[in-house]
Amino acid sequence: MQRRQSSKTPKQPLQGHHENQTDLSAWRKGGRIDPGKSVQNIQSPNDQKNDSKQDSLEQALSYFAKVQDRVSLKNNSVLQKHLTTVESIALQRGLPPEGFDVLLNVALSGKLADTVNTRLLKSLVPASVIPETSVISSVSWLCVSKCSGNIQLLFLRWLITVFDFIDRKEQLHALYGFFFSFLQDEKMCPYVCHLLYLLTRKESVKPFRIRRLLDLQAKMGMQSHLQALLSLYKLFCPELVTITLPGKMKTYFKSSEGPWKAAINTVRRRNQENSLVSQPLFLGTAQPQSRKRKWNTQLIIPASSTNKNNLEENREKNHVDLYSTSESFPVEQLQTFPQLLQNIHCLEFPSQMGSVLTNPLLLHYMNCIKDESVYLRLYYWMGQTLQEECTWCVADNNQYEEEFKDFLETVYKTECFLQEGFSSCEEFLYKSLPLWDGFCCRSQILKLVSWIPLSSSSEMKSHLYDPLAQLFFTSSLYFKCSVLETLKELLQNWLNWHMIHLDSEFESEVYSLNTTLSGLVNVVAELIHFVGWISTVALRLENNATFLLYFILDFYETVCDMYLRYNLPLLIMPPAGVFYPALLSMDSVSLNQLCYIMYRYRTNLVAAKENELSKKKTLQFKFSSQIYQEYNQYIIAMVGCLWTSRAFQKDIHPQGLRMDDELLKKTAVQEFRTSFNIVYHPAMMGYAVLFLQQAWPDDTTFDLSLIKGKRWNWYLEYLYAQGLKGLKVFIESSINRVSQASHSKAGNVQV
Amino acid sequence: PQQTAFLLRKQWTLYSVTPLYRFSGARLRDYGRLLGAFIAAEKQKGLAGGGGVELDIKVAVSSLPDLRGSDQDQAAVLVQLSSRSSASRKNSEEKLLWSGWFCCVSGDDLSERVPEDFTCLPLFLANGADSYTSIVGSWFQKTFDCCFRRLAISPLNLSWMAAMWTGCKVDKTASALELVFSVPSLPQPLDILYAIHPEDAKDLWDTVQKTPGEITQEEVDVFMDCLYSHFHRHFKIRLSATKLVKVSTAIASAHCDGFIKFLQSQYLTGVLMLLTELAISQIQ
Repeated sequence: MQRRQSSKTPKQPLQGHHENQTDLSAWRKGGRIDPGKSVQNIQSPNDQKNDSKQDSLEQALSYFAKVQDRVSLKNNSVLQKHLTTVESIALQRGLPPEGFDVLLNVALSGKLADTVNTRLLKSLVPASVIPETSVISSVSWLCVSKCSGNIQLLFLRWLITVFDFIDRKEQLHALYGFFFSFLQDEKMCPYVCHLLYLLTRKESVKPFRIRRLLDLQAKMGMQSHLQALLSLYKLFCPELVTITLPGKMKTYFKSSEGPWKAAINTVRRRNQENSLVSQPLFLGTAQPQSRKRKWNTQLIIPASSTNKNNLEENREKNHVDLYSTSESFPVEQLQTFPQLLQNIHCLEFPSQMGSVLTNPLLLHYMNCIKDESVYLRLYYWMGQTLQEECTWCVADNNQYEEEFKDFLETVYKTECFLQEGFSSCEEFLYKSLPLWDGFCCRSQILKLVSWIPLSSSSEMKSHLYDPLAQLFFTSSLYFKCSVLETLKELLQNWLNWHMIHLDSEFESEVYSLNTTLSGLVNVVAELIHFVGWISTVALRLENNATFLLYFILDFYETVCDMYLRYNLPLLIMPPAGVFYPALLSMDSVSLNQLCYIMYRYRTNLVAAKENELSKKKTLQFKFSSQIYQEYNQYIIAMVGCLWTSRAFQKDIHPQGLRMDDELLKKTAVQEFRTSFNIVYHPAMMGYAVLFLQQAWPDDTTFDLSLIKGKRWNWYLEYLYAQGLKGLKVFIESSINRVSQASHSKAGNVQV
Repeated sequence: PQQTAFLLRKQWTLYSVTPLYRFSGARLRDYGRLLGAFIAAEKQKGLAGGGGVELDIKVAVSSLPDLRGSDQDQAAVLVQLSSRSSASRKNSEEKLLWSGWFCCVSGDDLSERVPEDFTCLPLFLANGADSYTSIVGSWFQKTFDCCFRRLAISPLNLSWMAAMWTGCKVDKTASALELVFSVPSLPQPLDILYAIHPEDAKDLWDTVQKTPGEITQEEVDVFMDCLYSHFHRHFKIRLSATKLVKVSTAIASAHCDGFIKFLQSQYLTGVLMLLTELAISQIQ
């Protein structure tokens, strides 16, 4: 029976989204999609049969992880079983990323016979990506030469074939020297050359390596693979490689495709079929695992990559070649917050602005750089993606609801991070809400609604309020509550925005752009009136459900404090359809909440009146006398109900409780006058009974009329001790207790 | 007109494209080279086929300066992919594999609103294998941070086209006005082809249109309603209950799924102006 903790202590503005704003762990770029998850996604349409396959694959993998030395295949049915499992699953669906570590380890450690190792290596068909770490550890096995030459060769051929499936290659590049040292092995040389060809970057080209290659060429003669590598070196560093090489060859390398290429293609095709899409090509180097169904949309947020276009421009100016590192700090390397600070002067935004969504560091940067083109690029990308991928606006999209949910969630998190809404999102909501069923992606859509930017556009009613109201009235109690919660957050976000811009130096700029203070006040007022209206209707529809009332009053907890806490010259009282159900609620939580709200209204109105009277500053806005009048009507009704037991006479609100004595007598209620005071009020009677029980345990008559005089005060103390803090602040502020003894005299309660 | 003749009588798939960031009309040759490299890389990706495979696709990016409505419009950009098989390399026999072009005809609505860094070419038309559209489109998306979206033509816009194009003068013996309707919610797809003699259609339109050079929605509705009631009188089928999916005239033919075929070079920019408008409304 306690008030919510948070409403006792005034909420700090901006509190709501702290966790996203200051999450330090977010400094580390967390944008990568868990490869394991994506595999699951690919397989999601599959059924139980696949689950059992999944189980047997897991068993096989754990078997291979623990397998001891030299198990013979012939006499070991367990090994045979697991090996067959791995092979069949690999060829059908490909292996998940986490499988590679285990299988590469066992195949290259020489624990098992070569026939087994070969079969294992041949079944290393990726379903999505291959983790770089597993490749690194297998290279270390290669260096200790535990496995036979044939296995080494097979591994290298595998590595070349699946090179593009390795999820990242930074560490692999660091092993360039190791691979280079394998060149002296005559059998491995052609494959190592091919691998080096794939790995070489400009900085890999060193004079000693060139000499080594030339030596090898002198020793082994003109070999096409050596020439390939040399010509690449020459391409990067023409000044270092001075020998003339023959012109373009038809093929430099022997095909390394081995048994994998066909299997990879099959797996890829099958996975596509499973996702019921046709997919012309894999696009985007960063996510071969993504299942893009249309090439022209990127529900998968693009990876951050440097804008090659700009690099190219530099090239023209300085006449250095394409591969040289330019002055600016490449976004791919941006991993930590200190890096951001050190390079903030030379950082460039990625070539595709959409990639900032999953990169908190770039979002920080975006916050610092107020560049119109940054927002415009994001605006276009996001707007098009949202419209194209919307699961209820575009036919055939409904099977991708999960993806779309994730995307909306990401957009929402970005908005929280930046503490501002995107206009592309706003437009998307305006376009799609009239078609929304209120069910699909519900929580995501509502979250995005809470970030609709504050602007004095006249679009809100037809684009937001009307479709929302339709859904609101026809949906469940819980939907109603979540809409109210959303609108409360929307209001708070607007108020926070207003606070920030009031304080900041941009004030004049912002207000002159598209919003005047009066325009802003009107928009906020419109929202509050809308909530008042739907709340009134909803309370009737739902028979004054306490749960609903809680969310409504929660909204008004923000409304009643707008003047003091958010410095907005606006206060709006709840409509009678909200006030009276709360006042006459059967639940002490609602009544207590209402008391607190009325207390805050009073505090705000008193402060406004004082400001007005002191006239320290010329006030642009004054509260109309109407708001004071409304407040006073409510307070008379409330004090009349709870304290003076005169509600039926005193209430002057047109929709209030005023009733003739004649009429009241007809109800045959004996003590009708007192029936809503703090003792007899249905929400309070329980307290009164418990109070009597505790104070006079022997008295079993439960005569509530005993609570008067001194006992009335004890009873009040008892109520306060029960946690009814809202009631406490209300009574202490709004009821002028002239004499402690006579509780019936309520003094000047009006402001 | 000579320069644009090759755009006629081909089916183009329509896309809308958001403004291109840091695109420069002066660097088309560079773009061609980079796009060529990108295509070569894409073709090899996923499966390392061997490093030294030669490019067998030639990329040309050029400008089509004639295709614009006003001086404010950016000149159209043409991308062509052609194959050169290694055998016929010397006799420079090239086969056009795929072509696509960006254009903007009277797109002031959009171009006046974006900052200098952006280039407005909101309409993209492609002809050739989807896989090439996909590669070229991805490259543009990555390089100029733009978004491609298929541009469907609503039945309403199709009926506008039917009316507008009916009113155009064509020198030669014109082909019929053909309208294709599809009947919804049937187990088997059922299409209705409605062909009207061009002169009859023109006569009807001339009685409907009040001020020459100006068309209103009301006039379009009246025109279509007349055609519908005529059809109903003969076949007892209410075409208004079906969906207009295709319009063909002597000027051009358009399909609701976003395909267009230009047939008259003198009306090319006129049609493009309408399509530019549709593309802009899709990206805003």
